[in-house]
Parts: sequence; structure tokens; C-alpha cells
Amino acid sequence: MYDGGKIITGIIIGLVLLAFPIWYTHGTAPPRPEVKLPVKEKQCVQPKAYMKTNHMQLLDLWRDSTVRAAKRIYISDDGRKYDMSLQNTCMSADCHAKKTEFCDQCHNYTGVVPYCWDCHIEPKEPKEKSEEKH
Amino acid sequence: MNIVLSLIVSGLAISALVVIPFAGVWAAPFYGVHIEWLFGIVIPYLAAITFFVGMIYRVVKWAKSPVPFRIPTTCSQQKSLPWIKYDYVDKLDNPSTRLGVWGRMILEVLFFRSLFRNTRLQYGEGQSIKYTSSKWLWIGAIGFHYTFLVVIIRHLRFFTEPMPFFVKIIENVDGFFQIFLPTAYQSGLLLGAAATFLLLRRVLIPQVRYVSLPADYFPLFLILTIAGTGILMRYVLKTDVVSIKELTMGLVSFSPKIPEGGISVVFYIHLFLVSALFAYFPFSKLVHMGGVFLSPTRNLENNNRAVRHINPWNPKVKIHTYEEYEDDFREKMIGAGLPVEKKVAPTENKE
Ligand code: HEC
Ligand code: HEC
Ligand code: HEM
Repeated sequence: MYDGGKIITGIIIGLVLLAFPIWYTHGTAPPRPEVKLPVKEKQCVQPKAYMKTNHMQLLDLWRDSTVRAAKRIYISDDGRKYDMSLQNTCMSADCHAKKTEFCDQCHNYTGVVPYCWDCHIEPKEPKEKSEEKH
Repeated sequence: MNIVLSLIVSGLAISALVVIPFAGVWAAPFYGVHIEWLFGIVIPYLAAITFFVGMIYRVVKWAKSPVPFRIPTTCSQQKSLPWIKYDYVDKLDNPSTRLGVWGRMILEVLFFRSLFRNTRLQYGEGQSIKYTSSKWLWIGAIGFHYTFLVVIIRHLRFFTEPMPFFVKIIENVDGFFQIFLPTAYQSGLLLGAAATFLLLRRVLIPQVRYVSLPADYFPLFLILTIAGTGILMRYVLKTDVVSIKELTMGLVSFSPKIPEGGISVVFYIHLFLVSALFAYFPFSKLVHMGGVFLSPTRNLENNNRAVRHINPWNPKVKIHTYEEYEDDFREKMIGAGLPVEKKVAPTENKE
């Protein structure tokens, strides 16, 4: 091998860069996040499987529908009626009253930071869990 | 191979790469076969190992080829006598120092300088011809590689927890327009556009079409399909990203596990295509990712005239210099009246 020193340095730099996730994680996968589901309400606006993957699209629909078309009533597939509101419906006291125990659990885990809370006000929560904020 | 055949061959190969995970993850459960672990764990690991071992093998193989002479295929004046102009441009294009080589390599690797200087022969007025600058390939290549890089860096959110700070910065810049939910990332869409442009270039320009083979179409198809399935998954079909992250974090922490509840098949197709890309990488033209650093025309200073480079495969020849020859025959030469360099016979030296 010619220029062995340089080649090996190059290979090592390449390996270290490409293996970044491995040494950054160093062997312990963080646990899957736990979300606290509402106690009072038993059903979400749509079935759980749909909400899990498509909630942001539903919120987008709600946003467009209220802000652009002034339609504020949403009828779910099985006929229940909802006021299309992020703060007053999703985050209402009976539903996901604590953002840190619900939305943030998944979002922190998957590295999602929705910009909605730049303007919308998140529900007030008792101080105890304030270190969860980010 | 002609274009139609090339496109058909590459197209069929890609179709197979889509159908296999589809059959394995979507169809097989109907027959009671559950082999998500094959597509979610075994194949990605094998692909990663192939990639790393293959890349090292290729680099070491290159490093074993001697480069006895500095190959001066440069576009600039080499360093010469003091009164011959040797400007900063020449110092970068035809460097005679290590520092200059670093400059040339940085321009090459980060800015694709040799594509930037692409020219095109054109007819001017009447008989005259002229070379004009042609930047299309450069723009396409820059767009393609940088969006690819951004997409890969953004994918770190699946492989790290907590996410390193630069990923969030890149996501914010990438999602600058805040349109759609989930926020549309420009880089994913631009990657598709740039790869399409590079493909059309091959298909539509006759000269480029003539030199294109399945080995050129296949990687473009592969990357287009990867980007396509990724975009489809993010914006249209939707998948359970929390479960995906559970799987990917299992992979990087070497405690892999298929999450309960399963992940939709489009994710497995995306992952299988990516595995194919990684396994294919070291054995195809894509290996230029490592090769660019080992290009002898780029990474050696042009000092052929200043430094003697000895060819490493020169056979060992027993040499007998003229001085030694004269030592052997000096007296006879003087006797025969032949001119010698040392007049006095060095008899005392010889003993
Ligand atoms: C620039 C500030 C701003 C941002 C950022 C923002 N919104 Fe809004 N949003 C508003 C305003 C103003 C309204 C109108 C409130 C009304 O008419 O009741 C609204 C209304 C809504 C509504 C319907 C009304 C209600 O009470 O909720 C929904 C749903 C909504 N936004 C969702 C979102 C989501 C989801 C995001 C993040 C992706 C988001 N918004 C980001 C300002 C914002
Ligand atoms: C089951 C886990 C989970 C829960 C609970 C959850 N989300 Fe999400 N959310 C996600 C994931 C995962 C994404 C990212 C999806 C992607 O990247 O395609 C996301 C994305 C979003 C986005 C789009 C962000 C963007 O910029 O693209 C919004 C808005 C959002 N969630 C709002 C909410 C709100 C509001 C709540 C609480 C009421 C909530 N989510 C609860 C998992 C969750
Ligand atoms: C060469 C490597 C890869 C390329 C070019 C690529 C390309 C893409 C593209 C263009 C998207 C669309 C969304 C975006 O722009 O982020 C995407 C999404 C996605 N990719 Fe990849 N990908 C690659 C590797 C991987 C790997 C290794 C995984 C996981 C094991 C993965 C998992 C995903 C997931 C889960 C999404 C959907 C993200 C979401 O819904 O937010 N990708 N990919």
C-alpha cells in the first residue's frame, strides 16, 4: 500500500463519520415513549390508528376549514360532531389536557417540534413536570 | 446496449426490488409467513456490512496501485521559471505545494470544480467555432448531491436520541416555507427534481445517451424510487413514525426488534431499496464518493520537475557507471591514447 498513513487516516475519518449514529447511541436504545390517554373521553375524533399517523393532516384540514372557509363543525366518520379547534377541542380539559404527557412524548422521541405553539397557547399545567419542557 | 434495452433492464431490476419487500411483508402474512425481521433487521445489517467492508476493500485496492508520476492533466500553467506567470489561479489549478493541493481538493469535493469548468463546442458565425461555458450538468449535480446530503442528515432523527442540534437547524431551514402538514421539506422534492433532470439529460441528449449503460440508469432509478417512496410515505400514505424510530434505534444500538403492531409496507419498501443502494454502492460508479479523494490527477502536487519520482516497479538493474568502467580500464585507455577523466591512474586507491 502506498501512502499507508494517509489512507488509514482517511478510512478512519470516513468510518467515524459514517458510524455517527452508532457511537452517538452507544448501545442503549431509549424506551418507546408512553403517552397518557385521557381518562374521561374514550374515543378520539377519529379511530386511534388513523390519529396516530394522520393527526397532523387532520389538524391541517381543521385549520384550513376554520380559517379559510369559516366552517367550525367537524363530523367524524361515525357521526360525532366536534368544534374544529386545536386549543378547545384537542387540548380541552377532558382530552389531552397535558401537552407534556401526550403530544410532547411522541414529538420529543421523533424529534418533531410543531411550530403551532408559536401562536397557539398550550394548556396550563401544574408546575411539577416543568423539566419536560423543551 | 441501446437505450430501450438499458431502460427496460434497469426498470425490471427496480421493479424486482419493490416487489420483493412487498411480497415479503404485505403478501406473505396471508400465508402465515411473518418475515418482517428479514427486511427490517437482517437485510439492513447485511447491507451496512457490505457497504463498510466493500468501501474499505475498494480504497485499499486503489491505494495498492502505484502512482509513480504526477499526472499533470491540469488546465493551468505549472510552476516554472520565475519570469513565467504563476498566479493564485495556477496555484490552485496546478499546485506545486501541499497547501495548493488542499485548495484544489476542497474546490473539487465541495464545489465540483471540474464540472464547473465544463465547456461546450458551438458554431459561431460562419465557419468559426467557439467554446462556451456549460453549467447545466454542474447545477444538476450540485443540486442532487447537496439535497441528498440534507435528506440524509435529516434522517439522523431516526437514528439518534436526543437529536443532535444541527439536525433541527437543518430541518428549520429546509421547512422554511411552513407549507403543508407535515411540513414540506424542499430538499426531498428538489432531490427528486434534480435526479429527474440528470436522468432526462442521459435520455434526451444523443451524445450522452450513446455513452449511457444500465449501470448509469439503474442508480438513478434506484435513488428516484427511494425518494419517491420516502415522499409518498411522509406526505400521502403515512406511517407510524414512533414504531419506525423504535426499529431504527434498535438497529443502531444492536438490540434490534420489530415493533409490535407492525409498520406499513411502504416503509419496508423504502428500507429495502436503501439497503440495495448501500450494498450496491461499493461495486458501482457510486463508489466515487470515496474515489474522489483518491483521484491522482487531483490529489498530487505537480512537482515533476522539482522532485525526482522513482518508479516503484522499476526492476533492480545492476548498474556499472562510467567512472567504474574508467577505473577498470584507465591504464589501457591511457595506453591507447583515449581521453580519460582522471589523468592519474589510481592504482593506490584500487588496492
Ligand atoms: C402565526 C400564528 C399561528 C401559527 C404558527 C399557527 N396558527 Fe393556527 N391559528 C392562528 C390563528 C390566528 C387562528 C384563528 C383563530 C380563530 O379564528 O379562532 C388559528 C386557528 C387555528 C385552528 C382553528 C381554530 C382553533 O381554535 O384552533 C386550528 C385547528 C389551527 N389553527 C391549527 C394550527 C396548527 C396545527 C398549527 C401548527 C402546524 C398552527 N395552527 C399554527 C394562528 C396560528
Ligand atoms: C403517537 C405519537 C404522537 C402523539 C401522541 C402526537 N403526535 Fe404529533 N406527530 C407525531 C409524529 C411521529 C409526527 C411526525 C410525522 C412525520 O414526520 O411524518 C407528528 C407530527 C405532528 C405535526 C406536524 C409537525 C410538522 O411540522 O411536520 C403536528 C402539527 C402535530 N404532530 C401535532 C400534534 C398535537 C397537537 C398532538 C397532541 C394533541 C400530537 N401531535 C400528538 C406523533 C405524535
Ligand atoms: C440513501 C438513503 C435515503 C434516502 C435518499 C431517503 C430519502 C427519503 C426521502 C426523500 C423522504 C421524504 C421525506 C424527506 O424529505 O425527509 C424520506 C422519508 C422517510 N425515510 Fe428515507 N431515505 C433514505 C434512507 C432511509 C433509511 C435508512 C430509513 C430508515 C431505516 C428511512 C426512513 C424514512 C422514513 C421513516 C421516512 C418518512 C419520514 C416522515 O414521515 O416524516 N430512510 N426518505
